[in-house]
Amino acid sequence: MNLEMIQSFTPAHFLFLALAGIAAATAVGVVAFNDPVRSALCLVGNFFTLAFLYFTLNAELLGITQVVVYTGAIMVLFLFVLMLLNLGGVKMMKEKFDVKRVLGFGFGALLLYVIGAQVILPLNTITTAKAANDFGGPEMIGRALFTTYVWPFEVASILLLIGVVGSIMLAKRKV
Amino acid sequence: MDWLRQVFWENEVGNALLRVLLFVLPILTLVPGLIWWERRLLSWMQDRIGPNRVGPFGLLQPIADGVKLFFKEDITPKAVDGLIYFIAPAVALFPAFALGATLPWGPNLKLTPIADVNIGVLYIMAISSLGVYGVVLAGYASNNKYSLLGGLRASAQLISYELAMGMALASIVLATGSLRLTDMVKAQEGPLWGAVPQVQNWFIFTPFGFIAALIFAICVIAETNRAPFDLPEAENELIAGYHTEYSSMKFAVFFMGEYAAMFIFSGVFATVFLGGWHAVPINWSALGMEQVAHWNGLLAPLFFLGKCALGITFFIWLRATLPRLRYDQLMSLGWKSLLPMGVFNFIVVATWILTTSLYGIGGGIATAVGAFAVIIFFTTRIAKSANANVEFLEKRTITMESGKGDPKPQEVNA
Amino acid sequence: MIPLYWYLGLGLLMFTVGAVGVVVRRNPIVIFMCIELMLNAVNLTFLAFARYQPTPLPIGGLPDSWMSGQMMVIFVMAVAAAEVAVGLGIIMAIFRLRDNVDIDEMNLLKG
Repeated sequence: MNLEMIQSFTPAHFLFLALAGIAAATAVGVVAFNDPVRSALCLVGNFFTLAFLYFTLNAELLGITQVVVYTGAIMVLFLFVLMLLNLGGVKMMKEKFDVKRVLGFGFGALLLYVIGAQVILPLNTITTAKAANDFGGPEMIGRALFTTYVWPFEVASILLLIGVVGSIMLAKRKV
Repeated sequence: MDWLRQVFWENEVGNALLRVLLFVLPILTLVPGLIWWERRLLSWMQDRIGPNRVGPFGLLQPIADGVKLFFKEDITPKAVDGLIYFIAPAVALFPAFALGATLPWGPNLKLTPIADVNIGVLYIMAISSLGVYGVVLAGYASNNKYSLLGGLRASAQLISYELAMGMALASIVLATGSLRLTDMVKAQEGPLWGAVPQVQNWFIFTPFGFIAALIFAICVIAETNRAPFDLPEAENELIAGYHTEYSSMKFAVFFMGEYAAMFIFSGVFATVFLGGWHAVPINWSALGMEQVAHWNGLLAPLFFLGKCALGITFFIWLRATLPRLRYDQLMSLGWKSLLPMGVFNFIVVATWILTTSLYGIGGGIATAVGAFAVIIFFTTRIAKSANANVEFLEKRTITMESGKGDPKPQEVNA
Repeated sequence: MIPLYWYLGLGLLMFTVGAVGVVVRRNPIVIFMCIELMLNAVNLTFLAFARYQPTPLPIGGLPDSWMSGQMMVIFVMAVAAAEVAVGLGIIMAIFRLRDNVDIDEMNLLKG
């Protein structure tokens, strides 16, 4: 990245870089922290930052849904379970060094290289958005979701129903 | 004057700053007054005097309290989880202030709301769902079993009541046809029930809106952890729950957050159900009184503040009146009463809109009458069969062989 | 405008971190979090493509095919929510049974 390129940046570029930096750092934090509560907090930060990244892509509805679903419900559930388990006095699991870790990092580096160099870098010429600016508004999404995609939508609702019933069955001591 | 206009009106960034300041500064200054109002009103309701020493009517009491809290020693217990303990009050304060970013407190779109986005209601849902983090983190980081219990209770309670709140707001969104809060205010300026053009159609006057308002009000009390839903901070069960280990300004910040959330949720209630910034539900323009309509628009912030004050007074009144719920009662109220009621309300609104758009208002009324008849028929049938069961149970004769107590052991003949 | 490959790069980084975390960590709840991270990386990629390279309208195809990226994200979110509800339920059940949630010691199904 040379100086000329940096000079051509707009505020949107710097905003993206800041958000992406936070997202990347928190993503690494999820894996790096030994304390699961810290990992969960990093993940909360990551999801919240992702919502802003969705806003920069003009996907307002999905950004706000991201906050409602992920930070508002899923991560609270994670924290709830972590705190419940801590009540029972779980010792923090010490991560030990073994072959699995070396293999894991090697696998990660390979993944990063193969997809990064072979798939993503060739796409570096695409810089203009082709979709309409209001493609992420509630009206557009609602129309598409309840006309063309209504059957997948119904299937998703059945899936959620199964999830509800399943989790209740698991949580009950006796059936 | 000209440069002020240049900076705060024409410049986009300056205008945004002006909007934020106009929203946040009044709340920051009014929160101490709110604390005074709560203490005075509460003591009046409980037949006491309340703080009346500092300043006229004790009005400067919150400032004295603030100074005291500011100069108190900030004690951090040894066993806390340092970083999380430190950020928890900030995390608790953030959603309380961010909540109002889509709230219009007047007719001028150049001054309010901070962001007139097309997802305003969803934004409020999203930010209010973040309110749980401050409580949970404080409870976890304090390393105290009572705090942890408070945090656990808070997370379960807030998730449960979020759903019913969403259903209440969803039925209003369905009736308005927009997620934008300014559109909601505009929709409530229409003629009452579509028939009386002189009176405004505030959603609390419509049948479905009244039920939604009831559900929303109860959920708001639960979301802000106020009595009778203040289980996360129950002082006589959990020694104040999640903020037991907090002192000095950190403690004060939790209180600031709670009161600011109360304030802004009252504002949301006023916007969604009580016609926004209009003083009274009368369409002055329809009556031909343009002058009054003009003044109504000019004094809008005052009327909005008045509605907020009304909502807060309702909060305090409830606190003075109702005892705290037990935890299982809280859960069954949320899941078994409010959520089904909200879903039913939503279905009713959807059916009404569908039938009126297909067959006109007559079709809607016919469907409503038909559905009502079917419901009455089935409930009476169920009630009858249940009554028959009760009668059967009451009339049955229970014969016991051996009087009271355990049956005597049979004598064994040798 | 921001080039597309910036978004894709961020998505790839998050996905890789999540994948490495699944392999490396031993706490099942953290592994769950890593899976969520991977799902979100994919969501970001979907949205980036939906904004920059939407599917062109095919003749005789679905009328809203250029919305398919966003639709996919919605369904991923629904699946993730169901998965977390059931998965955390399973972890709680295991914890109740064994008082220990180390993933390396869950070998009850071993032959």
